[in-house]
Order: sequence, then C-alpha cells, then structure tokens
Amino acid sequence: MQKLVIAATAALTMVAGAAFAQETIKFGYIDPLSGGGASVGEGGLKTFQYLADEINAKGGILGRKIEVLPLDNKTNPQESLVQAQKAIDAGARYITQGNGSSVAAALSDFVTKNNTRNPGKEVLYFNYAAVDPSLTNEKCSYWHFRWDASSDIKMEALTSYMKDIPAIKKVYLINQDYSFGQSVRADARKMLGAKRPDIQIVGDELHPLLKITDFSPYVAKIKASGADSVVTGNWGQDIALLLKAAADAGLKVNWYTYYAGGAGGPTAIKQTGLDHQVFQITEGFANSGHQPAMDFEKAFRAKVNMSLWYPRAVNEMRMFKAAAEKANSLDPVKVAAALEDLKFEVLDGGEGVMRKDDHQFFQPIYISSFGKLAANEPFDEEGTGWGWHLVSKVDTSKTMVPTTCKMTRP
Amino acid sequence: MLELIVISTLNGLLFGMLLFLLSSGLTVIFSMMGVLNFAHASFYMLGAFFGYQLTKWIGFWPALLLAPLLVGAIGMAVERYGLRNTHKHGHVAELLLTFGLAFAIEEIVAMMWGRSPVDYRVPALLDFPAFTIFSTNYPAYKIFMLAVSILIFIVLLTVLKRTRVGLIVQAALTHPHMVGHLGHNVGRIFMLVFGVGSALAGIAGVIAGPALVTQSDMAAALGPILFVVIVFGGLGSLPGAFIASLVIGLIQTFAVALNGSLASAFGPLDPSAGPSVLTDIWNVTIAQVAPIVPYLLLVIILIVRPMGLMGTRET
Repeated sequence: MQKLVIAATAALTMVAGAAFAQETIKFGYIDPLSGGGASVGEGGLKTFQYLADEINAKGGILGRKIEVLPLDNKTNPQESLVQAQKAIDAGARYITQGNGSSVAAALSDFVTKNNTRNPGKEVLYFNYAAVDPSLTNEKCSYWHFRWDASSDIKMEALTSYMKDIPAIKKVYLINQDYSFGQSVRADARKMLGAKRPDIQIVGDELHPLLKITDFSPYVAKIKASGADSVVTGNWGQDIALLLKAAADAGLKVNWYTYYAGGAGGPTAIKQTGLDHQVFQITEGFANSGHQPAMDFEKAFRAKVNMSLWYPRAVNEMRMFKAAAEKANSLDPVKVAAALEDLKFEVLDGGEGVMRKDDHQFFQPIYISSFGKLAANEPFDEEGTGWGWHLVSKVDTSKTMVPTTCKMTRP
Repeated sequence: MLELIVISTLNGLLFGMLLFLLSSGLTVIFSMMGVLNFAHASFYMLGAFFGYQLTKWIGFWPALLLAPLLVGAIGMAVERYGLRNTHKHGHVAELLLTFGLAFAIEEIVAMMWGRSPVDYRVPALLDFPAFTIFSTNYPAYKIFMLAVSILIFIVLLTVLKRTRVGLIVQAALTHPHMVGHLGHNVGRIFMLVFGVGSALAGIAGVIAGPALVTQSDMAAALGPILFVVIVFGGLGSLPGAFIASLVIGLIQTFAVALNGSLASAFGPLDPSAGPSVLTDIWNVTIAQVAPIVPYLLLVIILIVRPMGLMGTRET
C-alpha cells in the first residue's frame, strides 16, 4: 500500500511537472557554443537567460514563463537548420539567432518554408545581430524580425562621422570572407568614395571566418600599406585576435569597428595603448548616460559578470512581451502582426520603431571610443580601467535607409 | 615592402618551427610503427590546456617543464595499453584507435575547460617588445618560442645522430624487425618514442597556447596541416619534416601578404559579361586562397613525387 502511494505521488508529480513544462514559452537560442564563435555565443546565451529571468520574475508573458533552449550551431548554416528543427520539435515557436549572416539567411529561409508548409504551427525568427542588409531587402521574410541596425545603416553613420575627420587619408579594409564581411567592404568603398573621394583605400582584405589564430601576417600587411585608419566588421575572436596582433606589433592606427567591444577586444585595445583611437558603432553602450540603461547595466554585471554587449537583445525581449500583450496572444502569427510598426522606448533612451515594410528595427545609434574614463563614466570593460565614451549620436530618423523588400504576407 | 618581407619571414619561420615540433614526433612515430597518429594534434591541445592549468597553479616556468612530461606520460600509456593491444589486429585497428582518441580528447577537454577560449596569457616576464624593426615591434614571447623550437631541434638532432639510443631508433625506423632480432626491446623503444613524440607536441602546445588561441577546437584546426607537412616532407624523414615545416610556414605567411589575383595579372574581365563564377575566380586574391595553398601542395606532391621531398618509400 505504502509503495502504491509513493508510486502514485511520483506519477502525480511527474504529470504536474509535464503540465508545468507545457506552460512555458520555449525560446530557441541558436548560436555558436563551440568553436571560434563560442565566446560571443556564450555571452549571448547568458544575456537571453538573464532577460528571460527578468521577465519571469515579473510574471512572464501573459502569465507564462519563458524558457531559453540553448542550441549550438557551430556558426554553421547547415547545423543551424538541424538545431532549428530540434527547437521546433521541442515545442519552440520562437527562435533567436545573431552570429553570422550566412546562418541568418539559412534560418530565415527555413522558417519561411516551415510556416508555409505547417499552417497553424508558425515559427517566428528574431534576429538580434546578423546585419547583412540583404536580410531586410532582397531576401526579406515576413517571419524574420531584426533588432540590430543593418550593416548599411551602421556604415552610413560611421562614414558620416569619418568624413569630418581630415586626418583620415589612407584607409585599410579588413573583413571576414562571407556575406556580411563582403557587404561591409562594399558599403565602405561606396560610402567613403561618395563622402570623401580624397580618401585612399590602401588595402582591402577578406580573410576566412573564425579560422585564423594569428593575425600577425595581416597586421604586417596593414603596417606596410601605410594606412592611418582601419575599418573592420570583424566580430568574435576575429576582432579580439586582430587587435591582439596589432598590440603585439605596435601598430598605431585609428580603428573604426562594428564589434571591438566583444569578448577579448577591450583587453587587446588596452594592450595597444590606443587611448580613444578605437571606435565602435552600437545601439547603446555602458556609459551612455541614460539612467535606466545604466541601472540595468549595473544589475546585469552584478549577476552575469560580463558587460552588456547586446542592448538590442533587451529591446528584442521587451518588445516581444509588449507585442504579445498588445495582441493578447502568444500565437506567433498574432505576435508578428502586433510587432509591425510597433513603437518602443529603447533601453538607451529614445524611440525606436519596427518598420512594417522590411521588419528592420530603427533606433538611435551611437559611435563611442574606448579609452580612459571621465568622472561621470562609471563602467570600464574586462577590468582594464578603460571604457566606452560617447563620440557621436545618430537619431532614429537619420538612420532610416530605403528598402527594396517586397515580402509575402500571410 | 622590405619591412613586410622581414616581418613575414620571421612570422613564417616561427609558424614553421611550431609545425616542426609537432611533425617531428608524428613522422618518427609513423615510420616506426606504421601508424598515422590522428590524435597527435590532440596531444598538442592537451599540452596547451595543461600549460594553462599548471600556469594558474604553479606559474609558467614549472608548467613549461611539467605539462610536456604529463602529455608524454599520457602518450606512453596510450601506446602501452592501447596501440600495443590493437597492433595484432593490423594497422586499420590502430588507425581507428587514434582516430577515436582524437575525438575523445576533444570532448574531454571541452567538458573540463569549456568550448570557448581560456585566458592563457603570455608570462609577464616575456610580455614586452623584443626589438623594433622599421617601427614594427616584435614580441619577446615570439622570439622565445622560436628559441625553444630551435633548441629542441638541436637536441633532437644530437640525440638521434650522436647517441646510442638515437642509433637504435634510427635503425628501428627502417628495419624494425632486424632491431628486434638483435635483442633490443622494440616494444619499449616504441613506447619511449611515442612518449617523446607526444611530449614534443605537448611542448608545442604549452608555448603556442598563449600566442595563439587555447580552445577545444585547436587540435582539429591544426591536425590536417600536420599531415600535409609529413607527407610533403616525406614520411619518416626528419630533415624532410623540418624543410616541409618551414616551407609551409613561410608559404602560408607570405601568401597572406600577397595581393595578386588573375585580375591584377591580366586585367579585369569584360564588365559586360556580368558577375558569374568566373569573375569570382578571376578576382580572388592569393591572400584569400592562402588557407588552401598547403593542401594544394599536398595534392601536387603526391602526383609528382609520392614519396615526398626527402622520403625514401612511397606513402
């Protein structure tokens, strides 16, 4: 009898557990958790888990808690599709990914096909960092939403800033050899050519993605070219190791980057001794001066022990909640409709909008430089004592670029 | 331009010497036992991770000594309890054993240290620019790496050419059965050679770890290029491995430095033809194809000279 009671209790607990598990919103996080992209992938995972905890602590979305499913795609498009299917099989109706536009293109295509084939079981793809412009232009999809500024928006802002610096005469481009790196290089050539025709492009390098462990041959080449500035879209270990090799060789140039703030980057910059000569362009940064963002940064650092690389992830999750509450449903089709043209006060202040035409989120963009901190800048990076300092801010209205997207709506 | 050549030569030599530390052990093991050790690069990775861990506990210099010894001990254990038992089932079984071992080591390392890079830093004592040529700094640590590699090369050469042990090893390279018949314990020689080979890979790992990236996929990244080196140099030939290591190190470094493409040699294609696969091939630079150059060499050498540069028997 006693045994029977125990068994029954155990069975009941299991049933209750299963029922509880069904209640959660499965959120598939598909990004590299191994290989060259692992450092940024793990940072992203911690960020999303923190954000899920934050929302769950306040009662979740429509009373349901978010559960982040970590899935390792090894920065490989093929592997990502396997992982996406795994997420869907586990019950996820929302997936997010950021590292690698080649991966993003494959996922966007996969989700679109999946939704056509399985009406009633649609999946939404939230892109928080893959910035190849084609994802919201010729390859755009109704089921794809992007929270990071696309590469052309960033390059537009970056070159607008660079054009007013007369000291820039010779620019070297170094980028990763895949869709995103190629778009950075093409945009840089086009926009610098239009805004500052006197600037000479003295080098234009494409190197294998996340495969290089020693950048000193490339740094020697940059040095030999006589460049005074380097423009790069490198991310993950490709930016950290590039800066590390530059520090070792004593290369003194100004760096205009997309992602110098990622893992290992700040440490390497400190080592180069380039005080406020490395710039990055982001949708927010620790010392932005906006109080709610600084409070968030403080709490985030205290718990996760890393700085917030992805303010856009905060916007993504909070807008997800806002859209679901607006639609009063967690049905991806209704959430997608609610996200369109949704206006939102972003983490670092100012209003952003998810444009209906191409599902690109537009928000204020900041150019910041890395170096010694001023008195009102409390946050340093990676224990270096140096941090990001505001150089220039671009308002939402000035980031609007035209789109060629003609998406099929359900 | 001269600056680029000097710096590239230094970088190329350094990478070449690192390859040699690895390929010397691999090639000796291969020619003695006829086993292509797929796990060799994994010993290199173990060296880097042991080096990292021991540096944290007891400092870099003791780690430089201890980590290779540990890796060597693991190598000997693998030979004694793994390879020797599978030997009777033929080379395929031995090959599969090392193949499986490579994956097992990678997973174990990932389990213990995670999949993202560990923070393995250059020791403070060597963290300064050694010299400046044409305003480019050359890090002291890289000079140290170069010095260690050259030292080991000299020691290895002396042991092989000038000592009795070296004599037996050399004999066992070409005539293992004869050496056995002469009363030497070939089994123990094999074990020692395997241990020393693994330890050499371990040293390479300890010193390369801080300069390159110490993470769980570093073995997989370096493994294929090692095979290129030993096939290119000639299986079983130490001088061959030495030359091949330097050649591949230099080629890879210089290929990065070169910007030439078919377009720059023969002029751009007619733009009216529009973008196609052909324009992609036409515009690709030598720097972009740098990573595949060694494999191309492998294919060519196998066609033209199957025994490799200095090899004596066919692969």
